[in-house]
Amino acid sequence: MSTNVTQQPLGDVAVALPPLETITLTINGTQKRLQVAPWTSLLDLLREYLDLTGTKKGCDHGQCGACTVLVNGTRINSCLSLAVMQDGNEITTIEGLAKGDELHPVQEAFIEHDGFQCGYCTPGQICSAVGLINEGKAKTADDIRELMSGNICRCGAYVGIVAAVEQALHKCQPNQ
Amino acid sequence: MAATTHIGRSTRRVDGRAKVTGEAKYAAEFNTPGLTYGYVISSDIAKGKITKIDASDALSLPGVLQVFTHENAPRPAYFDRKFKDDDSPVGEKFKPLYSAEIQFSMQPIGLVVADSFEVARYAASLVKVEYKAETPETNLRKKPKGHKAPTGKTGFTPPKSRGNAAKAYKNAEVQFEAEYYHMPEHHNPMEMFASTVIVEEDGKLKIYDKTQGVANSQTYVTNIFGLSKEEARVINPYMGGGFGSGLRPQYQLYLAVMAARELNRSVRVVLTREQMFSFGHRPATLQTVSLGATKDGLLQAIKHEALGETSRFEEYTEVVVNWAGMLYHCDNVELGYYLRNLDTYTPLDMRAPGSVTGIAAFETAIDELSYKVGIDPLELRLKNYAEKNEFEGKPFSSKELRACYAQGAARFGWAKRPAQPRSMREGTKLIGWGVATGMWDAQQQKSAAKANLSVDGKLVVGSSTADIGTGTYTAMTMIAAETLGLPLDAVTFKLGDTTLPVAPLEGGSWTVASVGSAVKEACEAVAKKVFKMAKDVKDSPLSGASFDEVEFVEGKVQLKGDYSSGVSIVEAMRAGEVNFIEEETTTMPNMLKQMQYARNTHSAVFVEVEVDEDLGQICVRRVVSAIAGGRVISPKTARSQILGGVVWGISMALEEESVLDHHFGRFMNHNLAEYHVAVNADIHDIDVIFVEEHDDIVNPLGAKGLGEIGIVGVAAAIGNAVYHATGKRVRELPITLDKLL
Repeated sequence: MSTNVTQQPLGDVAVALPPLETITLTINGTQKRLQVAPWTSLLDLLREYLDLTGTKKGCDHGQCGACTVLVNGTRINSCLSLAVMQDGNEITTIEGLAKGDELHPVQEAFIEHDGFQCGYCTPGQICSAVGLINEGKAKTADDIRELMSGNICRCGAYVGIVAAVEQALHKCQPNQ
Repeated sequence: MAATTHIGRSTRRVDGRAKVTGEAKYAAEFNTPGLTYGYVISSDIAKGKITKIDASDALSLPGVLQVFTHENAPRPAYFDRKFKDDDSPVGEKFKPLYSAEIQFSMQPIGLVVADSFEVARYAASLVKVEYKAETPETNLRKKPKGHKAPTGKTGFTPPKSRGNAAKAYKNAEVQFEAEYYHMPEHHNPMEMFASTVIVEEDGKLKIYDKTQGVANSQTYVTNIFGLSKEEARVINPYMGGGFGSGLRPQYQLYLAVMAARELNRSVRVVLTREQMFSFGHRPATLQTVSLGATKDGLLQAIKHEALGETSRFEEYTEVVVNWAGMLYHCDNVELGYYLRNLDTYTPLDMRAPGSVTGIAAFETAIDELSYKVGIDPLELRLKNYAEKNEFEGKPFSSKELRACYAQGAARFGWAKRPAQPRSMREGTKLIGWGVATGMWDAQQQKSAAKANLSVDGKLVVGSSTADIGTGTYTAMTMIAAETLGLPLDAVTFKLGDTTLPVAPLEGGSWTVASVGSAVKEACEAVAKKVFKMAKDVKDSPLSGASFDEVEFVEGKVQLKGDYSSGVSIVEAMRAGEVNFIEEETTTMPNMLKQMQYARNTHSAVFVEVEVDEDLGQICVRRVVSAIAGGRVISPKTARSQILGGVVWGISMALEEESVLDHHFGRFMNHNLAEYHVAVNADIHDIDVIFVEEHDDIVNPLGAKGLGEIGIVGVAAAIGNAVYHATGKRVRELPITLDKLL
């Protein structure tokens, strides 16, 4: 038995491209004026237009956390945000965490505890951990497990990730 | 064993800094001016034919360069053998955009190339496709009997039987039989498959490809497109997870190269997460295990049959049932392995292929038998311990499984386990303990490596192998530094480039054994030259010595144990008037020696689960994984490998299933929200033990490989613990809460 099936766009077809918009972003401390198309995600802007490939694309649907960056210190999935929505904001990516040769305590802790294997989810994990520390909510290892669960690590480096975040948490917030 | 400087000592990953700073670049991250973007159009149906494809709207969009479909794409090679790769099963090869025929759901049927990713993606949505659809068959369980055994053309070893299992089973005092099933699974590495093909000024291609073997991708591309190796260099310095998915070149590589050649433009093609479900997967498998035993638990008969799936066009096989003939002592074993052709893409090796499947069922059956005979499941395993590999009729090159059982049990506290199910409880939580055995192969493949020592004492070693997160960079750096007595920071290891000496595919847990042996041999060849020069230094303390009498320590060559006798490498090379010494070697396994032995890794996995009595939620609270894997080269990355394997086992046991809608022949949960993998909150206490195991047979390093063994046995141990907690046996993976209520 056979049936006829048609695969076609659901809505009206637009054959013109959207006009570019001008936005200002501060990326890793440097202010940039950018011309971007309104349909470009923050993630694609970083990776495909600014050569900041440290931020990773793992699903493009906000399901894996690999694209996590900090916007004004808050962690977000950059694949779920259009770049134009971030006009005027401060973006910190994995490339902006170290101070020269000196790694951020979270980066240092990830190396020490081998909190990664392939390294692909790692920038997102680290940015997420920095965001987590900024939030000040996590107190215990179980809190870390729960609040880091938006970042999938397919290699299964979770034991190392929790140990690394715990160490960095105490280093960055010595009173906790 | 002699004291070591690096091997066996815990060190940080040498590529750690690159990975935590974002400097490590993956296949989709090599940017170049004028890069274009390809976006793959996937088929909506699983079986049938494209009757019409209309790309006119897409082509009219500014920025679109071309839309390739079967109607206009080139067909650079005709014969299937041109499309073969190092991991392809026997059969016809899938050739992208060659015909209107649809063989599996989400088959690539077009490639849009545009000057930006966004335009390519949008244009792909504008292509109108009409099909004549046929009804696909994707349900393995619909017809479980009457299928053929694989032909064995691809080197697949058909399982051997011994004794008379049917008779022994019939006569056994205790009989047990059950059927087990698990759903298909997808590898889902975090990095999606991607190829960036850069067309250089001289027309040569520089291809950044996500692969577990650059040499494999290069062979594939050069054979199909009729290119020389110089015309198609393949590079992959980092890989965002493989787990077997990168053992075969995936279709984005073909499409990106095709488009780059047709358009004479650099092209990047990245698959979407949905498209990551459109090629190989761990096949669904239906298994039957029958065990006959004496009342006191001695195995009399083992029967293990498995039905796996493959596509209509290739014959994918894996070793599922053979383990049942190797794990325990038993005189009567009958094994069977069959395949059913379905309308899906060909399955693909996925971490511990076959073993993880067969052992999940078999080690559950052994647990079930333990309750039938009323013997502790660990004791039952010890009672039936296999002193040799009875499947191959050979002694093991080494097997410290008893030590795994003993050390694992001690660490876990197994002795305190109450025998009865449902006998441990904390409030509404039922607690259960389970154990299982794991087994994998310790293999060595032919591999080449090159070592270059310069007069400033810096060593560069290279091989075309991959580091898919396994720690290859670190382990190879350690082996090289150890061999030439150098500090780690004096050694650079290069990989993932076809300009380097050829290494085998990074898989099968054989990389340290294969590439590591080659690295050691290449460095030894350099050492011999240094030694010769050191002997010729004026008044050399080594003048009368032979190579066997010296060692390389702290940048010098000296008589063994005699720190006063040394000649520094720099001094020797200056005296020899050379700026560098370069040696390239190809290392073969010592087949004559190895073939006399069965070579395997073993593990014992102990698990504690907590099951919510009302909700059926399962939490794996504690895992102890005791591994007999030969010599551990890099303890830190080795531990991570086992931790990762255990996480995979937890994920497999409780979460992972690719759900097919058999009406559409389509994997419906093709995203990371609905295809569940273990997340941080799912993972608790995991303890890894490496038991001492010496092995001079497996390879010159004595390392057996650790990539697979960590996952094997975990799912069975969890299922067994769930039974111990609840009294309910689940024989279908994953064990989701609905199956417990």
